[in-house]
Amino acid sequence: MSTRWFPGRPGLLKISVAALAVAGLIAGCGGGDKDGASSEGGTITLTVKTFSQFGYEDLYTQYEASHPGIKIKQENIAQLGDYTPKLQQWLTAGSGAGDVVALEEGILVKLMAKPDQFVNLLDYDAGSLKSNFLDWKWNQALTTDGKKLIGLGTDVGAQGMCYRTDLFAKAGLPTERDKVGALWPSWDDYLATGKKLTAANTGASFYDSSGALYQNILMQQGDTTYFDRDNKLIVDSNPGVRKAWDQTVAMIDAGLSGKLTTWSPQWNAGFKKGTFATIPCPAWMLGIIQDQAGPGNSGQWDVARVPGEGAVRGGSFLAVPTQSKHPKEAAELAKFLTSPDGQTAAFKAKNNFPSSPAAIDSAAVSGAVNKYFNNAPVGKIFGTSAKSLKPVYLGPDNQVVGDAIGDALTAIEQGKLKPGEAWDKALSDAKRAAGK
Amino acid sequence: MTTLEHEARGEGTVVDRRRRARAGAWSRLDLHGSPYLFVAPFFVLFAAFGLFPLGYTVVVSLHKWDLTGDAGLIGFENYSTLLADPDFWNALLNTLGLLVLATVPQLLGALILAALLNRPIRALLFFRLGVLIPVVTSVAAVAIVFGQLYGRDTGLVNGLLHLFSVGPVDWQASRGGSWVAVASMVNWRWTGYNALIYLAAMQSISRDLYEAAQIDGAGPVRQFRSITVPLIRPALIFTVVMSTIGGMQLFTEPLLFGQGDVSGGSLRQFQTIAMYMFEQSFQNFDYGYGSAVAVVIFLLTVIAGVVNAVVGRMVRGGTQ
Repeated sequence: MSTRWFPGRPGLLKISVAALAVAGLIAGCGGGDKDGASSEGGTITLTVKTFSQFGYEDLYTQYEASHPGIKIKQENIAQLGDYTPKLQQWLTAGSGAGDVVALEEGILVKLMAKPDQFVNLLDYDAGSLKSNFLDWKWNQALTTDGKKLIGLGTDVGAQGMCYRTDLFAKAGLPTERDKVGALWPSWDDYLATGKKLTAANTGASFYDSSGALYQNILMQQGDTTYFDRDNKLIVDSNPGVRKAWDQTVAMIDAGLSGKLTTWSPQWNAGFKKGTFATIPCPAWMLGIIQDQAGPGNSGQWDVARVPGEGAVRGGSFLAVPTQSKHPKEAAELAKFLTSPDGQTAAFKAKNNFPSSPAAIDSAAVSGAVNKYFNNAPVGKIFGTSAKSLKPVYLGPDNQVVGDAIGDALTAIEQGKLKPGEAWDKALSDAKRAAGK
Repeated sequence: MTTLEHEARGEGTVVDRRRRARAGAWSRLDLHGSPYLFVAPFFVLFAAFGLFPLGYTVVVSLHKWDLTGDAGLIGFENYSTLLADPDFWNALLNTLGLLVLATVPQLLGALILAALLNRPIRALLFFRLGVLIPVVTSVAAVAIVFGQLYGRDTGLVNGLLHLFSVGPVDWQASRGGSWVAVASMVNWRWTGYNALIYLAAMQSISRDLYEAAQIDGAGPVRQFRSITVPLIRPALIFTVVMSTIGGMQLFTEPLLFGQGDVSGGSLRQFQTIAMYMFEQSFQNFDYGYGSAVAVVIFLLTVIAGVVNAVVGRMVRGGTQ
């Protein structure tokens, strides 16, 4: 639900070809834009706006049963790219947004610049729920002064490092996932492992492309990235950004990158043919790898921990727009859906990885294994990854700056720019984009 | 005088006259008003779905307007930013480059194709319908197939080039490569359509002219140049204008060629202005700026259309 839209780099609008092909078919499923909330004869109808798959159907039934007088209407839009412009229309028009809206992470950080369109959930006793969420997830929806909370976390794109066991074996590297994870406590070790693998002439590159790696490294570099908490652009002065950049460029220089565009035919084919040995994989990507690699390659792919400390790509939130006529009931529903039990149920329904430590530790999540990946304990691996990540502040223009840097890295891979030129270009593009 | 005579002479009572005047007003309204009513559906729909969005886009382009809503009127600031925006000029250059690469071979090819189809050949209907197949193919399917053809590692085009010891070319990475790939997609799709338009125009040319030319000793090439091309000029102008408009709005082909990346490659090497508009509006959610781009695209398309028409008229003056 959260990040499938943004595979290569978080926030970068990558419309997969198939997605565009079917977009026309599902565009009609947006549903009516009428006022969501209505009450007749003592019954309150709460409208919940979501995109993709949140897996809440059973939870709605459960909630309606335990709360007589509340009816829930879900209006789902299949594609995030169709959902976001609509959301903007609802917010601008002052009606249509319903009572509970889902906000993808990239959208949330933008809306944090103008939080008055959403109810302060702290006014509805959400403050006591802080321990229900991973710290960074909680903080993302909290204004910098800590006085207003506009969203409660749903899922996170918890991430692991997927790898090809056959290529690792060929290169004389361990293939067992704990030992593979032990190969790379840090990104320097990951680089060293990559050199070993490419030196073994397996014909495969070490990883697919640099954008996702860079993003992963960056998120581990401290509590800010491109913007400080006053939303001042610090991309050129933040040592963490430069460090992540240099680390990534070092890997490109070492010839570890397969230089494959995410979602391109050769990227898709790479899973089956084994043209790259590792790929940073958020929870939702496991299904894609399985589809692309095919049943014949069952057990060839496995998943280990990521280098450094934790990684997450994207995720979502639930918020209550101020235009809701029943903010109190809506806030209660949002609290219920994002509770540890609610998140566990959503994981069971649609594999949306929870942002609640209690849900992550629940038997259903932590005990989850994936057959295709040699019965890897994915619940545990992704859970550890999500829990070990430190909070990072992103800022409303995070995405455009990230895109500028991602494109510059691709230009290095394609041999179009030298690293120095690419860095200068990334900085000037970032400044222009943020200043627009 | 009897009442009957009164009425027959049209003098009538006061009441009668009023009634008649009212009926006259109705019939006048019916006569002069109802045609407007009959054509109204188009104009109402056009006003609601054509004119209003157009005007509203202009309004939005004068505002600072992002995901969080309207942040107030800023006059022409979006436009002045746009004129100083290197990414916009880059997108415009790409659009014009692709326009040339996609329109010129397409129309020349269509002309030759139409001339061939205008001859008595076997299975004529099959070929005439065959050239239409690309038009009815979905753009997404075209893009997927061409994406495979131009694949860097396993693409058919690189495979062929390899036979001549050329490449492999990373089609997406360079400006030239990506332009060729995208233009070939557009050409493949629209050549047949234009050929049919030319064919229809060619069939309305009188056979007598060709016979006379033959008697005068003109060969097929001379006949084509001196009879066919001048006489189908209206069709030529039409296709040039339509291709230009299509080229200015080129979006889906380059978007899908880049696997849905609206920035059109790492250095924006194949980002068109339509993609740039989409990027600003729906990726960066800068609706005000995106609307300004849209308005500029509209103006550029109008200018291109006018230039085409003027050139078309000048050509007419030249040949006749």
